[in-house]
Amino acid sequence: MRRAEGALAASADLIAVNRLSKTYRTRSGAVTALENIDFAIAEGEFVAIVGPSGCGKSTLLKILAGLTPASQGAARLSGTPIVGPRRDIGVVFQSPVLFPWRTVLSNALLPVDVQRLGRPQLNAAAMDLLALVGLKGFERRYPWELSGGMQQRVAMVRALIHNPAILLMDEPFGALDAMTREQMNLELQRIWLERRKTALFITHSIAEAVFLADRVLVMTPRPGRIMDDVRVELARPRALEVMNTPVFGGYVQRIRARFQATGGLDS
Amino acid sequence: MIRVPRFLLRLLLVAAVLAIWEAAVHLFAVPAFILPPPSNIGIALWRGFASTLYIDHLRITVAETLLGFVFGSILALVLGTLIALSRRVEYFLYPFIVMFQSMPKVALAPLIIVWFGLGLTSKVAQAAVTAFFPLMVNTIVGLRSADEDRVALMRSLDASELQILTMLRVPSAMPFIMAGFEIAMVLSLIGAIVAEFVGAQKGLGVLIMSMTFTMDVAGQFSVLLILSLLGLLLNAVIVEIRKRVLFWDASQKMTEQAPVDAKL
Repeated sequence: MRRAEGALAASADLIAVNRLSKTYRTRSGAVTALENIDFAIAEGEFVAIVGPSGCGKSTLLKILAGLTPASQGAARLSGTPIVGPRRDIGVVFQSPVLFPWRTVLSNALLPVDVQRLGRPQLNAAAMDLLALVGLKGFERRYPWELSGGMQQRVAMVRALIHNPAILLMDEPFGALDAMTREQMNLELQRIWLERRKTALFITHSIAEAVFLADRVLVMTPRPGRIMDDVRVELARPRALEVMNTPVFGGYVQRIRARFQATGGLDS
Repeated sequence: MIRVPRFLLRLLLVAAVLAIWEAAVHLFAVPAFILPPPSNIGIALWRGFASTLYIDHLRITVAETLLGFVFGSILALVLGTLIALSRRVEYFLYPFIVMFQSMPKVALAPLIIVWFGLGLTSKVAQAAVTAFFPLMVNTIVGLRSADEDRVALMRSLDASELQILTMLRVPSAMPFIMAGFEIAMVLSLIGAIVAEFVGAQKGLGVLIMSMTFTMDVAGQFSVLLILSLLGLLLNAVIVEIRKRVLFWDASQKMTEQAPVDAKL
């Protein structure tokens, strides 16, 4: 849409997705999950993708994480196409996906073990990150001793420990209760302000997307397409109260109107 | 009312059953070669251990059972892992597995005696063959039970298949494998005893057979008692190991809200 100078701009962006489509073969025929997705993320930017359930936003994240190949088009990270799992990507899934036989610290160090980065070198970094997310003193605990919100923080530390170029998050707080979720949004903003890691955050909550992101990409229901790219000009750090301001409401209203126009708002 | 501890009631019940048994045998003059009184069984037990006769046989049976367990387990873990990892291996081994599965393994005992002789080897082989199957099945199921999200996480970290196996699939399989060990231990003892029945020079199974010929039923009961205690002990060892290995298994549900509560 607004990316007329696409090819040129893409080289400067950390993430560049060009005419990306994904088609699944099912028994009842081919299903198009994603259609001609085009967007870019600049270094240090926090981008949220908001869309109704089943719009293919999780599929998009899987493609970016190298877990699923795209049918057409390509996604590039730092200029090189994503064709498989990459070590410069950190992923936070909807559930914490911790290993119950590993301690909190050991779970956080899983990428270090897998990628043989050396525990001695990164042990201190893991302790720092755990302290940053408020888990100081819980390093030797096991995941089942932690609340859901705490488990998801461990998952966040695990996604950051190998210092990836980008943090991909797939509705990371979707399974949490509303109160914990708001707190986690604040925490995530705090961590992001501290580390300035390029982030892509997928959610179906418009308010969450506007609260967290520098830019909100709005996706249509299946087949998923990007129908709007909203730049959120709200000063940081943002307090929860910002949600009650007219400016915030304006952003939410604009995005909601886009959904209503397509009849695709599910809640 | 006085509250009696439950374990005391339990002990009392056992004592009562033994007393009734003793009294009934004397009252109805049941011949000792049909049903000996508990007191005779106690005496047989004491004599057996006093003369080191029981210890000698017990030692052999324990050795056969443990060796059979070890070899059977190694075979089960290796084959189970190969099958779990490769659909091709599974496809070609499938007919053999099905045939072996439906066959009562103890029926192999006479053949195994012919192949391996009357010594320790045949007993170990029988124990291993009897023990291995359920553990193999549990290994296969366990290695394939790894949570899909966890596999996706490992893949997203660019983990190799070997890393996914050692860091994820094997730990995930441990609850299944430990349950398999428990069954294997019981079956291993059964295999050893059956093989001793069919042909052996020493062991508790041999002792039972020889007591049959001398109509020493009290002796037989005393050996059965030893066997049940042995089974209990072997099981307790596995349960203890299981508890240590699976310390994390008590609360499997990772997503549930759980005990420690921080500020949020």
